Amino acid sequence: MAGRDFVHRLPDSELAFARRQALLWRLHVDPPLLVLVLLICGVGLVVLYSAVDGDVPRLQTQAMRLGLALGVMLAVAQVPPRSLRRWSLPMYLVGLSLLVAVLFIGVSAKGAQRWIDLPGLPRFQPSEIMKVVVPMMMAAFMADRSLPPRFGVLCVALLLLAIPAALIAVQPDLGTAILVTGSGVAIILLAGIQWRFVLAAGLAGLAALPALWMVMKDYQRQRVLTLFDPETDPLGAGWNIIQSKTAIGSGGLYGKGLMQGTQSHLDFLPESDTDFIIAVMAEETGFFGVMVLLVLYFLVITRGLYIATQAQDVYSRLLAGSISFTFFIYAFVNIAMVSGLLPVVGVPLPLVSYGGTSAITLMAAFGILMAVHTHPKMRRA
Amino acid sequence: MKDTFTLRDHDAEARLFFGRVMVLWGVVVIALLVLVLRLYQLQVVEHERHAVQSDANRIQVQPIAPTRGLIYDRNGILLAENLPVSSLTIVRERVPDLEATLADLRELLDLTDAEIDSFKRRLRERRRPFESVPLRLRLDETEMARIAVNRYRLPGVDVEAQLIRHYPFGDLVGHAVGSIRRIAREDLAHLDRAEYSATRYVGRLGVERHYESYLHGRVGHQRVETDARGRITRVLDRVPPVAGENLRLHLDLPLQIAASNALGDRRGAIVAIDPNTGGILALVSKPGYDPNQFVGGVDPADYAWLRDHPDTPMFNRALRGQYAPGSTFKPFVGLAGLAAGETTWERTIHDPGFYRLPGRSRMYRDWSWRPGGGGGHGTVGMQRAIYRSSNTYFYDLSVKVGIDRLAPFVEQFGFGRPPALDLPEASSGVVPTPEWKRTVRREPWYPGDSVNLGIGQGDLLVTPLQLAAATAIIAAEGKRPTPRMLLDADGDLEEMRAPEQAPIRLADPADWQRMAEAMADVIHRGNRGYGQNGTAWIHIGRDIPYRMAGKSGTAQVVGIPQGMRHDDLELSERQQKHAWFVAFAPVEKPEIALAVLVENGGGGSSVAGPVAREVIDAWLLNRLEGAAVARN
Repeated sequence: MAGRDFVHRLPDSELAFARRQALLWRLHVDPPLLVLVLLICGVGLVVLYSAVDGDVPRLQTQAMRLGLALGVMLAVAQVPPRSLRRWSLPMYLVGLSLLVAVLFIGVSAKGAQRWIDLPGLPRFQPSEIMKVVVPMMMAAFMADRSLPPRFGVLCVALLLLAIPAALIAVQPDLGTAILVTGSGVAIILLAGIQWRFVLAAGLAGLAALPALWMVMKDYQRQRVLTLFDPETDPLGAGWNIIQSKTAIGSGGLYGKGLMQGTQSHLDFLPESDTDFIIAVMAEETGFFGVMVLLVLYFLVITRGLYIATQAQDVYSRLLAGSISFTFFIYAFVNIAMVSGLLPVVGVPLPLVSYGGTSAITLMAAFGILMAVHTHPKMRRA
Repeated sequence: MKDTFTLRDHDAEARLFFGRVMVLWGVVVIALLVLVLRLYQLQVVEHERHAVQSDANRIQVQPIAPTRGLIYDRNGILLAENLPVSSLTIVRERVPDLEATLADLRELLDLTDAEIDSFKRRLRERRRPFESVPLRLRLDETEMARIAVNRYRLPGVDVEAQLIRHYPFGDLVGHAVGSIRRIAREDLAHLDRAEYSATRYVGRLGVERHYESYLHGRVGHQRVETDARGRITRVLDRVPPVAGENLRLHLDLPLQIAASNALGDRRGAIVAIDPNTGGILALVSKPGYDPNQFVGGVDPADYAWLRDHPDTPMFNRALRGQYAPGSTFKPFVGLAGLAAGETTWERTIHDPGFYRLPGRSRMYRDWSWRPGGGGGHGTVGMQRAIYRSSNTYFYDLSVKVGIDRLAPFVEQFGFGRPPALDLPEASSGVVPTPEWKRTVRREPWYPGDSVNLGIGQGDLLVTPLQLAAATAIIAAEGKRPTPRMLLDADGDLEEMRAPEQAPIRLADPADWQRMAEAMADVIHRGNRGYGQNGTAWIHIGRDIPYRMAGKSGTAQVVGIPQGMRHDDLELSERQQKHAWFVAFAPVEKPEIALAVLVENGGGGSSVAGPVAREVIDAWLLNRLEGAAVARN
């Protein structure tokens, strides 16, 4: 098996030794990942400049948030995976209590109760933290068991996942719930669950679709229906998706030029600086422009999965794999939604959409990837 | 823990993990490829369609309404103008929650329920997509400021500057100039959709309706780029509209005012015509209504009031009121008799106060008839028959001429015909003929029908406009310029080239003057003692400073049984006779001819005569004074 070579590379090989000498290595930074992330941030700021209509103060705000997020990434990268593993359970419990607290003392905005406002702290979304904490907890849980997991273990793992996911879904915050669930599912898959379980779960999921339809809220059903036929309500529910498809399609191969997008600059495109920013990019930079971003995303995911394969302990591996895959889900769900392949759910385009919370979470996750890759690997017994 | 740890096969786990990573990576590759294909589909395969849609989103061709032509009276006084107003409009398609928006606006502007109801009614009417619907016309400054401040939370609500029609003299000229109304569903069927794409109003009645195609102008266009809220961000190109033609009418506002005052609060109509041109100098129908009420879409309650009022203020009596002309018809019967050679100015008959058809017993009474006898006008020739208004003479003459010669002759004067060039809703009246009676009444023509026709009764119906026009023809000695409102226009209008009809020829053209003189006797023949004066002399002829020809008439509203006098009947106000007076002046060189109708007024000479005199006085005596009023 080709993988054997990777797995058996010794940490004190010459290459690794040379790396350790490097300053960046000592700072626990993975240069390829850093470069890719910086490139995405750069592309993102350029697109955002157009999406906010040249509003420099807003652009500066976003740049400062990204800077802060990079700081968070560097800070997290300093934490050895061992420590992360130890903190997983306490963090999970804290996160879970915060989610429960949101139910009772949360602050509502736009019809959803997602925020918590504690004195002395900036307002934050506990669900956001769970994007990282849930995979940490599940990886820690799995790492203590022999793999592939037995059925009982699987059930407990699913419970660890289902409780926070359900708490987030009822806020309601479908986008975050999907991302959290995705990160947990990634852990279970990476842990080596037998395919027959996967198959069974898939079939069960299909069977549960009607039940899911029943419990969905009206606006959620509307979004699903709109996906299939946006023209039924072109000025209402279908507006967003029609306008974003028009924006993307009218961009053509080369785009209309930066700041030249009529769909976004004349306000036909809603949420053009947040969830629908990829449509701005597609309209103004065309097919090739979006390809650049997709390639960058692909490289980040690949680098993340590579780091996962290089990790020596189960916890690091599972966590790194899950983080990389969640990043993929992030980008995929957003672009698929904006281009009309998936129903509209609130998932921003990672590192590009205007907003600080998700950038910080994402960077923290990249910090974990770097930590996994740069800290001395745990030796086998 | 340690036991478990030693039991683990790290190599196997790592292999398993590596395999799973590859699977996920495969999923990533496939999913990203799906995205690439989707983008390819949208941006390359369907690019053309989306590019067109994107332009269609932002670029709109907007029609620009032309400015409606102005209407002036003959002195250049504005009768219909366009006032700029700011009106509150709503584009339904851009309002997410109409009820909430209306509730907000109700609070901001103190909208009434009636306003909201009529807005909703307009909303239900067919209109173009994204066409704005007015909610309130004529916003004042405060209201505009309130809207401006709150506009951010009122999507689809806008303040539009537009020109609306305004009639400065309101009900004074309402029936003369006509009015406009909002374009409604039924109008769209016959209007040019492209030309009217920006126009909100169309001529409803009168001059406004007849000259619609000239008044309207030509639509302009601009291609504009708009944002998603429909606000124009830039104008790409523009074809300006062409304003409608300005019209000048024969109507004389001072005379119109004088006529309106002369009629006062009575129900009735006055039409005054310049016999030389056919130009309508005054056209009054009372009661009137204010055409400005219809500009913004009339309030349903007001409309119901106008419609159901017993005095029917919206009914144009001058154009559409059809009445028996009574004795005012006698000059025309007289001329018919002369033309047919059935009588001469010298021929006389004995008038005992009634007429009997040969071999019949039924009495056709003169107005002077008395049950005990002693009525009548004695020996009567044509002239005396006119100034004394002898019924007997004209019963006899009408029978002699016969319906087959009488009907075609009087039709030359416009009776039974559409009377005017440019008043589309004017009625034609009825000149009864045996054929008409057969088809409409399914009855044969009785000799009695001819008798009644001689004094303008029976089935004969005329409008005040027709009677004025016919009187003008006598004044003009047979010349027949078609009655018209239009005097002049900026452009070259078809109506200005309308050919004059051939004049009416009499065997002896001097008969025109003789008839005019006989009609002058109606007014001027006085101080001759009982039964010798003109019927109107006592009422208007004693102090008249110019020569005026006229004829009074009364039209019965209810039938009078044989053997009874009209005065004997107990009649309600609305069963009273209609009073008529036709006149022209000066007799030597007529400048004005008119017909006055006072509904249920009673005596023609006593009631309608003074009205006619007042109007002609205003035209002949007060013209200088009137012009001074107009200048101020």
